[in-house]
Amino acid sequence: MGSMKAAVIVFPGSNCDTDCFNVLKDVMRMDVSFVWHKERALPKVDLVILPGGFSYGDYLRTGAVARFSPAMESVIKHAGEGRLVLGICNGFQILLESGLLPGAMLRNESLSFVCEHVWLRVEETASVFTRNLKKGETICVPIAHGEGNYFCDDDTLKRLKDESRIAFRYASKSGQVTRDFNPNGSRENIAGIFNEKRNILGMMPHPERASEPVLGLDHGRKIFESLIGA
Amino acid sequence: MTTETQIKITPEMIASHGITEAEYQKIVKILGRDPNFTELGIFSVMWSEHCSYKNSRPVLKTFPTDGPNLLVRAGEENAGIVDIGDGLAICFKIESHNHPSAIEPFQGAATGVGGILRDIFTMGSRPILLMNSLRFGSLEQSSTKRLFRGVVSGIAHYGNCIGVPTIGGEVYFDDCYEGNPLVNAMALGLMKTDEIVKGKASGVGNPVYYVGASTGRDGLGGAAFASKELTEESHEDRPAVQVGDPFMEKLLMEACLELIKTDALVGMQDMGAAGLTCSTCETAARGSTGIEIDLKKVPLRESGMIPYEIMLSESQERMLIIAHKGKERKVEEIFEKWDLHAVKIGEVKEGSLMTVKSGGEIVAEIPAKALADDGPLYIREEKRPVYLEEAQKLDLAAVKIPSDFNTVLKKMLDHPSLASKAWVWKQYDHMVRTDTVFYPGHDAALIRIKGTKKGIAVSTDCNSLYCYLDPFEGGKIAVAESARNVVCSGARPLAITNCLNFGNPMKPEIFWQFHQAVNGMIASCKALGTPVTGGNVSLYNESPAAAIYPTPTVGMVGLLEDIEKRVPSFFQNEGDLVFLAGDTFEEIGGSHYLMIEHGLKKGLPPRLDLAKETQLHKFILDMAATGHLASCHDLSEGGLALALTEACFDPCGPKGVVVDQLDLAVRGSVREDALYFGESQSRAVLSVKPEHKEEVLKVASECGVPLYQIGCVTGNEIIIGDRIKLPVADAIAVYQSAIPKRMAR
Repeated sequence: MGSMKAAVIVFPGSNCDTDCFNVLKDVMRMDVSFVWHKERALPKVDLVILPGGFSYGDYLRTGAVARFSPAMESVIKHAGEGRLVLGICNGFQILLESGLLPGAMLRNESLSFVCEHVWLRVEETASVFTRNLKKGETICVPIAHGEGNYFCDDDTLKRLKDESRIAFRYASKSGQVTRDFNPNGSRENIAGIFNEKRNILGMMPHPERASEPVLGLDHGRKIFESLIGA
Repeated sequence: MTTETQIKITPEMIASHGITEAEYQKIVKILGRDPNFTELGIFSVMWSEHCSYKNSRPVLKTFPTDGPNLLVRAGEENAGIVDIGDGLAICFKIESHNHPSAIEPFQGAATGVGGILRDIFTMGSRPILLMNSLRFGSLEQSSTKRLFRGVVSGIAHYGNCIGVPTIGGEVYFDDCYEGNPLVNAMALGLMKTDEIVKGKASGVGNPVYYVGASTGRDGLGGAAFASKELTEESHEDRPAVQVGDPFMEKLLMEACLELIKTDALVGMQDMGAAGLTCSTCETAARGSTGIEIDLKKVPLRESGMIPYEIMLSESQERMLIIAHKGKERKVEEIFEKWDLHAVKIGEVKEGSLMTVKSGGEIVAEIPAKALADDGPLYIREEKRPVYLEEAQKLDLAAVKIPSDFNTVLKKMLDHPSLASKAWVWKQYDHMVRTDTVFYPGHDAALIRIKGTKKGIAVSTDCNSLYCYLDPFEGGKIAVAESARNVVCSGARPLAITNCLNFGNPMKPEIFWQFHQAVNGMIASCKALGTPVTGGNVSLYNESPAAAIYPTPTVGMVGLLEDIEKRVPSFFQNEGDLVFLAGDTFEEIGGSHYLMIEHGLKKGLPPRLDLAKETQLHKFILDMAATGHLASCHDLSEGGLALALTEACFDPCGPKGVVVDQLDLAVRGSVREDALYFGESQSRAVLSVKPEHKEEVLKVASECGVPLYQIGCVTGNEIIIGDRIKLPVADAIAVYQSAIPKRMAR
């Protein structure tokens, strides 16, 4: 297989777009391009990244305006063809708002923005995003958000669990999933979920910020390594 | 209907604009006639202290501003620029937003961040780091909690949204800031040396563009507002506080940075203090040219605005751009892409006049240079304050040495000024841009420069208690300590920016403090080879009670040639040997120990020997270059005991320390409390692997630095001599809970 092709969608207010671009290009050696939100035509790529930030200033609800952008139409089509989409932080919020993933994001329980390293327990490894990880393993990845309190109704939660679509849960270093290790009040400590076909992953933590040793930890890199099948 | 040009100027009107009789006569002389109402407003903001530095400039001029790596010097542009090699340069600046934050903490602090960011990207550089230096009254006061919470969330709001990491800074709490908090925001940007943008207008006929947000009545006269003391009535000045929109600024920043890559740009200037007035006359003055604008073309967000208001508005997120004639479409296309206004409001003219029209009517016509550069200048009277006599006296015999040092240490860890600031910096996105190598909590913030091996270390610092007790020594120490912080991370100090926060300069005692502190800073800047690249002066920091302590905040920037040679502040390995570099004297005057344990803000602060300081820096940098320095942490407030304790608090895994050779660390006799908690200068705690012991001793002796092996990294307790024995976990619990527990109640 040739090198993986990826596109990073740039919304006005995206601010993790270059971070994602750099990791994919310089660390993972992928073939990456930026796609401006006004562009309707998406280049033929294997992976689309919806980066973190404050798309459109997040003035309505986080991610609520971005879903209507021309580029999102192409992303929905791309996803419908079974190709990969990774939404990180604000990107996850956009996936929720556009209905590609179920549930909603509420303000953090603390009502404050929180930026810190957290431990995640890997809940499901049968996906292109997590295949290089071990089930139950914990990884340390930063979060940085004011609205990362994942909420969904009971039926949705049941489906997510029955279909093993919870990718990551906030946990202790040793893998305990309790309230003490929940940084934002997310339901059942959910930090990331898949769609039914598991070609879409939305997660609040930022793996692109934890992919190089010089930045402290590189646990996030395992997600990108899974993607390229390294 | 009376138009503004017909409004008669009365003496009351002149006085209410903060213009003196002599200044008014100067205006008349410049114009050759009486000014109209709009012109009076324009002069009042441009000649306010905030814009003209009329009271401080004679002193500021004495700062060293030259250095081998300076591409743009202080005062020439919005911020100085320093070459860091590899075709790259950095520019940085610190600026105050004290008065707006006192009135409306959230917006005041947020727009402070927005303003300093514009100063940086207007030079053509991409902002890559934010820091801030904050001062509040006692955290036991509910009014302080409100201000503290508001300021921190305002900074977080702006910085997080725009996507520039806020990598800490400093926060202090002291009664002297009650009612007059200090909010100093610093930004640093990175650029290619061939992409420096000047804030000047040139080329007659070149179009002048207004870009960014529309103009409203917010912040009307903000610069004049910042140049007077806060009074009980200041809260009625609320319209003078601007409202920030970080999303708008993000778009503006991206559009401006895109524009500098084209050949369409001549000059660029942000509209900060004094908005359209300042940017128009300064660009013309720098370019030695004339400029003409038409206010009818300015995008407005409120109806019925008169020229006076449009010229003086401090609405945020706006820039003035001078483009090359014939390249107009290029400019407009970029701003269209980002959905921003880009309106041609005028052009560069022959001559030297700033001409402001409203449709066909000329509403102001002033020589640009006279307005921007020829403002009044005052040599203020100075007088040594009488309080010093009493304040500097300290009867050591009357200061009882406490029986239990564990309790003292815990008390200090629990003091909000010394405790963990995680409550603050966890609200800041300090990692966005994926360059942050050292997080807040280290001596200096450290970021890498992608595509190179380099790193940039930044520290902000000022011990205002020292400055209160001895402004000269305090100013010296502010520079030296910020340099020491940068050095401890392994980086070589390059240059400083400063934010000089003082009281009312009309009071001779205040001006004396100001001049002394600047002289002290100059002494250190010269000795350490770190010129001043610019900064900001904030005077009139007085609440109804009294003036603040003199607070000349220093932002020190250093270069680390090889990021792999960085040195953390925390102990790294079990079994490493712990050393104290530098000598300890019987110095407890002005110390936090004296203040916290004995309730005294008295005595002479520690003396700084610049020769010793320079030697210490050379030793640490030489040692860092070997790659064998496991950790290095400077000694400051709380002295040796606090430095050793903090060095145990590695967020990646705390360590313990046993210091069993403390008696060997002093020559002669020193009081026990001075040994543990005194704040003698030019000292650092470092650790190395046992096999590097000979090497570190050799390098120290070559550099002439006294180095004492005092213990080793081991266990899970902090054991210092026979006076301190505390489980690390207990110390961390106190340190981390001090601020959250106060903010929770």
